[in-house]
Amino acid sequence: MYKLLLSVRYLRTRFIALASIISVMLGVATMIVVNSVMSGFGTEMRNRIHAILSDVVVETNSLDGVHDPERWMQIIREVGGDDIDAMAAMVEIYGMMTYDYRGQSVMKTVQLVGIDPLTRAKVSPDAGVFQKSLDSYQEIKEDKIVVREPLRLSDEPPSWNLTAEAMEYRRHHIKLQQEYIEKRKWEERRSQPEAGASDDDAPAAIVNPFAEPVARAASKDDAPDFTAGHHPAVEVDPAAPQPAQLFVGAGLIEFIYFDEETKKSKVMRIVRPGDDVMISTISSGRPEPVRFHATVVDVFKSGMSEYDSNLVFCNLEELQRVRGMIDPDNKDGAITSIQIKLKNYDRATEVVKRLQAALPPGLFSIRTWEQKQGPLLAAVEIEKAILNVLLFLIITVAGFGILAIFYMIVVEKTRDIGILKALGASSRGVMTIFLSYGLALGVVGSGVGVAIGLLFVNYIDNIEKGLSKLTGRKIFDETIYYFPNIPTDVSPTMVVWVALAAVTIAVMASVLPARRAARLHPVEALRYE
Amino acid sequence: MPDLLALEPTRRLMQPAPIAPAHLSTVALEKFYRKGDHKIPVLRGVEISIRRGEFLSIVGQSGSGKSTLLHVMGLLDSPSVGEVLLDGDRIDDLPQTTRDELRNRVFGFVFQFYHLLPELSVLENVLTPLMIRHSMLGYWKRRREFKAQAEEILEKVGLTHRLKHKPNELSGGEMQRAAIARSLVAKPEILLADEPTGNLDAGTGQEILGLLRNLNEQEGLTIVMVTHDENLARSAHRLVRLTEGRLEVLSDAA
Repeated sequence: MYKLLLSVRYLRTRFIALASIISVMLGVATMIVVNSVMSGFGTEMRNRIHAILSDVVVETNSLDGVHDPERWMQIIREVGGDDIDAMAAMVEIYGMMTYDYRGQSVMKTVQLVGIDPLTRAKVSPDAGVFQKSLDSYQEIKEDKIVVREPLRLSDEPPSWNLTAEAMEYRRHHIKLQQEYIEKRKWEERRSQPEAGASDDDAPAAIVNPFAEPVARAASKDDAPDFTAGHHPAVEVDPAAPQPAQLFVGAGLIEFIYFDEETKKSKVMRIVRPGDDVMISTISSGRPEPVRFHATVVDVFKSGMSEYDSNLVFCNLEELQRVRGMIDPDNKDGAITSIQIKLKNYDRATEVVKRLQAALPPGLFSIRTWEQKQGPLLAAVEIEKAILNVLLFLIITVAGFGILAIFYMIVVEKTRDIGILKALGASSRGVMTIFLSYGLALGVVGSGVGVAIGLLFVNYIDNIEKGLSKLTGRKIFDETIYYFPNIPTDVSPTMVVWVALAAVTIAVMASVLPARRAARLHPVEALRYE
Repeated sequence: MPDLLALEPTRRLMQPAPIAPAHLSTVALEKFYRKGDHKIPVLRGVEISIRRGEFLSIVGQSGSGKSTLLHVMGLLDSPSVGEVLLDGDRIDDLPQTTRDELRNRVFGFVFQFYHLLPELSVLENVLTPLMIRHSMLGYWKRRREFKAQAEEILEKVGLTHRLKHKPNELSGGEMQRAAIARSLVAKPEILLADEPTGNLDAGTGQEILGLLRNLNEQEGLTIVMVTHDENLARSAHRLVRLTEGRLEVLSDAA
């Protein structure tokens, strides 16, 4: 009883003990906040990667792909059996995308992915994930105010159709282009009546590359080109989308700039849905590289910059056609990858093993999405582990603080220890006083720390806002991270472990002083001044 | 012939063993401290025997070893050579836990500097020996009984109005009375007082001494008091002097 009474009394009367409580508290709170935010980011990142890569990815090693996807998918279905939920065949090749910005042509290397949006949406981990990454399904917010409602309803299946808004923009844009071209031609013809008509295309094309396909669609010849503006071909709608249609990664066509007026980061979008861009495939040898025009149907934003500044989705059949992947005899298109969604992801590695055994080796590489993104995921895990070690060292430092303070208190209380022993207290009893004192410090410190940490995580957005206001600089920029809020993920196991570890360290730090107290000789302790 | 028991140690060996064992006695007690290679003797063969219900004073100059004798007898310290006997049984070689328990149950200590725990109130200080004796649960169950017991003893020493005060709010005499109350709450058989009046003015010292004598007379408590003040020591039944670790009898029954 005296042990409890004394350790509680020491806790209440020694203000220096507050210092150790605060250090334990801060360590625990920091660990909880950092872990929650990191695993929040980690989970968010995994979700974003998983939205692009379905559970299992079967890829051909050659960019030329394999023919007869139906046959391969049949094999996979037979091998995978009930585990397989959905499959999507795709073509993944490398290419370049060119568009015009302020009179300069901008060129980006891209990964072209030929998909059928419907089947692609089906292999996403959750229904609607693929749609959610498309611009037209999203509302656009500026400073938390909705500036544009979603253009499509969330239950509308993804397709290559332009939205009404994009179509109207396209019509208007192309009309302006044509008028501009006509005006230029007319002016040039008037100033240089003798000039060759063949030169006329060139300057217009440089001014606006979108003009070229329109002009080409109208006519192949130079002379009719002159009359094309006056008598447009009735059958061809100049505003009809190109046969190749794209979902373009947001990072390819946007850039972030700092607005000096509002002191905020803003996003500038150069290409909008309805615009045309130029795509060229690259390859050495066969099939030959090709160039073609494609209409941007939608902008795609997964939140992973690796994908958003690389991926361009294209309609599968058109990509196969232009690239010569279609067998001329039986109209069968080659594919380079099959994405598989499983009914239960826990069985993924097992399914992968079965597929590896069943499919011809060397032709395919078969991996789960985690294996495919292994290095990145591993890097995040290692980062978290290292951070945990460092933060744990902070708590250990707090532990040494407790050790020093306890030593001091033991020295200060030497006489009291002698008194207790004279009154019949055992060495074990005296040791228990200081151990329970350490336990009390640890429990109070980590209890308050857990409370503060959880509160911090809960109100992290408000805190971020407050800090941003204080420093005058946006700490967590939505435009960079694509998060409206800071993602957090509090794991109860983690909280329990952190609290337990802190308490253990506090108790362990008090062992040494407690032993010293227990070993004090009663007479010497009583004489101590 | 109890008086014989307090004679010179050399002669004590010649005596036949007393029929009724003394309450507390020592046999050829030696105590020395080591300082490097040197042995510094403090007690050199002390033989002392205290009857049940006796009030014994030990006088001596500072450094004569009287406090050490008290500590060895009260099991706070262990003798280098010799034995300590309680009711004829050797107690100095008992295991540590048993000695702890004996300190708690048999001996009551009163110190010159009161040695109250500064964090606890007077009442809590007085309750400490009982807290030490009983397990947490056992104490909790009987806490009302113990509290009444402590209050009764505090009333006896005249501190009823100071129950909730902290030691630093009390005067020296009050602190010593609280310390005496603490030493009595565990109902000891022997009270060991180490200069109980050494830090008090003459009047208060007399007051405390009166309290001790009353305890001795009314409750039959065996009291061993160490002091350097021979006037105070004379109020005891018997007075012995300790000089350079050796005992000499000064006076018998007052």
